[in-house]
Formats: sequence, structure tokens, C-alpha cells
Amino acid sequence: MNREATLNELNPALERLLPLLRLGDQIRRRVQYPALGIAGLFALWYWGGWAIANNEDTMAFASFAPGPTLAAFWDLVVSGNVWKPIESSLYRVGWGLFYAIAIGVPMGVMIGYFLTLKQVTHVPFQFLRMISPLAWMPIAVLAFATWDGAIIFLIAIAAVWPITYATAHGVQRIDPMWLKVGSNLGANPFHTLRYIVMPAIAQDVFAGIRLAVGVAWIVLVPAEYLGVTSGLGYAINDARDTLEYDKLAAFVLVIGIIGYMLDAICVRLIKRSSYHAEG
Amino acid sequence: MGAAISIDYITHHYPGQEKPTLKDIQVAVAPGETVALIGQSGCGKSTLLHMLAGLLLPSDGCVRINGHQVIKPSPRWNMMFQKPSLYPWMTVRQNASLGLIFQGRKKAMRERIDRLLETVGLTDKAEMNVQSLSGGQQQRVALARSLATDPELLLLDEPFSALDAFTRVALQDEVTRLARERGISVVFVTHDIEEAVAMADRVLVMGSNPGTITAELTVDIEHPRDRNGQAFVDRKAELMGYFGATRKPGANALPEEAESEATADSDATTTEARRIRAA
Repeated sequence: MNREATLNELNPALERLLPLLRLGDQIRRRVQYPALGIAGLFALWYWGGWAIANNEDTMAFASFAPGPTLAAFWDLVVSGNVWKPIESSLYRVGWGLFYAIAIGVPMGVMIGYFLTLKQVTHVPFQFLRMISPLAWMPIAVLAFATWDGAIIFLIAIAAVWPITYATAHGVQRIDPMWLKVGSNLGANPFHTLRYIVMPAIAQDVFAGIRLAVGVAWIVLVPAEYLGVTSGLGYAINDARDTLEYDKLAAFVLVIGIIGYMLDAICVRLIKRSSYHAEG
Repeated sequence: MGAAISIDYITHHYPGQEKPTLKDIQVAVAPGETVALIGQSGCGKSTLLHMLAGLLLPSDGCVRINGHQVIKPSPRWNMMFQKPSLYPWMTVRQNASLGLIFQGRKKAMRERIDRLLETVGLTDKAEMNVQSLSGGQQQRVALARSLATDPELLLLDEPFSALDAFTRVALQDEVTRLARERGISVVFVTHDIEEAVAMADRVLVMGSNPGTITAELTVDIEHPRDRNGQAFVDRKAELMGYFGATRKPGANALPEEAESEATADSDATTTEARRIRAA
């Protein structure tokens, strides 16, 4: 009897707390596994730093460990020195991707639509695709007046293939009935492209762009090792020359974070462009 | 006002096939008339329908709608297919509006579509994604989409064959009612004898190899038709007779009267066709 009374008194308080508890539970469920993964990576990094610091041959590189790196990272952010290289790099990647999309999407639509074109372009395109974009570096430097131009070219040539082939794949998956119904309703070629083809392939195009962003971000850093005096690649090379290994590792961290964010944006775009009903 | 159709001496060869798929087909359809093409799979009935829609050009002969030769699809005649083939990234309203958008008739489009959706009983689903609808509801959207452009002729390629029995009967009656109200001519392909008798003013029986019209049956039963009425049952039995499944003795033979009528009719069309060619 006594116990019941106490419970009844507690009830209103509990009821107010319940939604809060539920929210907490939801958050915990959403973050627990990613948090575990991040913790694992940190542990590995920490162990690596410890191993380097305790080996006589590698002791000089001890500032690669999480402690010094995070301190240097904090300095970069607080001093604002981190923004300039990010800006230069994003500028190059942005333009490189712009050209890759501007060329890759129309090319992919054509390849997906015309079987002959697919057959004609198959060998030359697969051949070109397998050449490392960095192999074009000397030619790019000769062909373009500025270093920026050369780097944008390298990014574009690396990023154009995933976009082209993802787009072509999307076009090939279009239900032929959609085109038939469209022409039956009196669609002209512009209508077909605007109302049928583009919405149908949007998800594939963004999936291609996601792959392209990954490739572009990877190509960017080595491309910036050469010639230019700005950007994240340059910042890494510069830190190596001045033996500031903590700063070097901090820039590696920055590259990873920005890359992750770019990928997350792409994932969001893919989800938004999907026409499949949710659930 | 419904369209007058004249199918003049159509013979069609698909590339690589020795025998013609269709041979010497000639049919005249009066404005507002509903004609069924019935036959076993592969008799070319669907091919013929595609020619009426302008989605396929015959090797010989031609289709005329209101005296104009059909050379390409037009929103004035509209085809519905076995699958609704709606665009899954659009709502019910957007799907139904598409023909009007393609024609540039955006004025008062909203009200028009509202009225149409009411006609097909989908008012409350207007803003929903079509993927959440049942098969019958999807086919209703396709019907609204076909009717939106005020076609003079509706072509149906087994549009109800994928639906359950109840929905099928409901849609058969609904399409018949709408077509009669609006005076739209209808040509539909089916292999369902009941569907042919339920909807058509005239049934054309097609034989295969090569595809020709082997018999013609007039269904002069008042609308709405009672599917259990004696006249209905008799017509079904008669039609069944043409496919060798005799229910009534003597039904297998072509009725004398119908044959002579068909011959006379085709003679008239032939002379007319010759006159047109000579002119």
C-alpha cells in the first residue's frame, strides 16, 4: 500500500521524463556503432603513435601521434590558417567536377541511348580510363598556361569516367514503356529529356558523381604536390619540408574530414533524387 | 467527337520473318464506335493497334484517322497499355497532367485534372505518389492521363488483363461509360471473350499466320450491359465458337449473313481505297 502511493506520486514526474528518455535512447542507438568505429580508428592511431615513439629509428616522427596532431589541428583552426588551403583545393575540385559533369552526363546519356556509340567508344574509353590521371601531368603542364588549369584538367579527366558510365547505366535501365508512353502523349525530345529521362536517371547520375568526388579528392593531393603554392596537397608537402610532422598529420586529418563531408553531401543528394517509395 | 478510322489494306512484314505478320487488313471504324480485336497470342492484333497509334508504320497500306494518314503518335489518339507505366517520381496529378504539359495547354490545367480525377474516383489521391496506389488505381490514373488531352480515339492494348477480376469488370464498365459519354471511338485488343462482349459494338476475330480478320460479330446489346442476360451469354458462346471451343451446335461456322456483310463492306472500302490512291 505504501509502495503504491510512492509510485503514484512519482508517476507525473516519470511521464514528463519519458519522452526525454526515449529521445536519448534513439540518439544512443543511432550513434553507438559509428562511435565504436571512430573509437577503433583512434585506438589504432594511438597505438601507431606509441609504436613510432618507442622505436629508435622512427622516434623523429613521434608527432604523428594523436596528441600532437590534434594540438596542431586546433592551432590551424584557431589561427584560421586552415581555411586558405581548403579554399584553394575546393576551388580546383569544384571546377574539375563541373567540367566532368558537363562532359560526362551528356556523353553518358548518348552512350546509354545509342548502342552503336557504346560499341564504338568502348575500347578507347576503357583504355583512357585506365591511364592514371597523374600520367597526364607533364602534358597538362605543357598544355595549360596556369597550374590551376592543369590541376583542374587532371581532376576533370579522372572524374569524367565514373559520371559517364553511371549515367549510361541509368539510361539503359529506363523502362522502354516510359519512352513509349511519353511519345504517345506527344512529348518532343526536350520534354522526353526534361520530364522522363532526367528524373529517371537522376539517382544514377548522383551515384556517379559520388564516385567522381572520391576520385577527384584523391587525385587532388598528388596534383597539388607539383608546382602550385596553395591547397591542401601543397600544405602537406610544405609541412614535410619544414619537418612539422604534427602539422602534416593535421592536414591529413583535414583532408579526411572534408572528404567525408563531400561524400555525405553526395549521399544526401542520391537519397533525395531517388524516386523509389520509402519504406 | 469521335474519330473515324479507316485501315486500308495493311500488310506488315517484320524484318527476318518469311510470312507477313498482318495480311490485307481492312477495317472501317465509325465515329464513336467501340471495336474489339480478339485473337490468340501472336496473331498481330497488338501490332495492328500500334499502327493505329502511329507507334509503328505498316510495310504496305496505311491507317487514316479522319482522313489523315497516321505517320506518328498524336495526343488526339491515345493508347493505354497492359501496364499502367506511370512515372514513379510523380504524383497522381503530375502523371495525369503530362499530356497537357507536352501540348503546352497549361491554362486551367489544375481544374481540368481535378474534374478528371473525380471522374475516375481518385480525388483524394491527387497529391500522392503513384507508387502507393493499387494496380487498379494506377490503371485509373493512366486512364485519366489518356483522357486529359480530349482524345478522339482511345486505343487499349489489353489494359485490364493484369488486374483482379472485380477491378477488371469495374474498369471495363467505366471506360465504356466514359467513352460513350464523350463520344470517343475505342479500339481495343483483348483475348478475353467476356471483355469483348461487354465493351464492344463490334468484335473482329483475328486468325494468325498470317494475321487476318477471320470473322466479325456485331454486339447490339443496350448499355449498361447485363453480363448474365441471355443476349450477353449467347454472344459469348457465339464468339467462343470461332476459337473452336463449341458450346452451341453449329456455332463454329461463320454466320452466313455476317460473312456476306463483311465481304460487301470490304469491297466498298477497297474501291474507296483505290479511288484515294488514284487521286
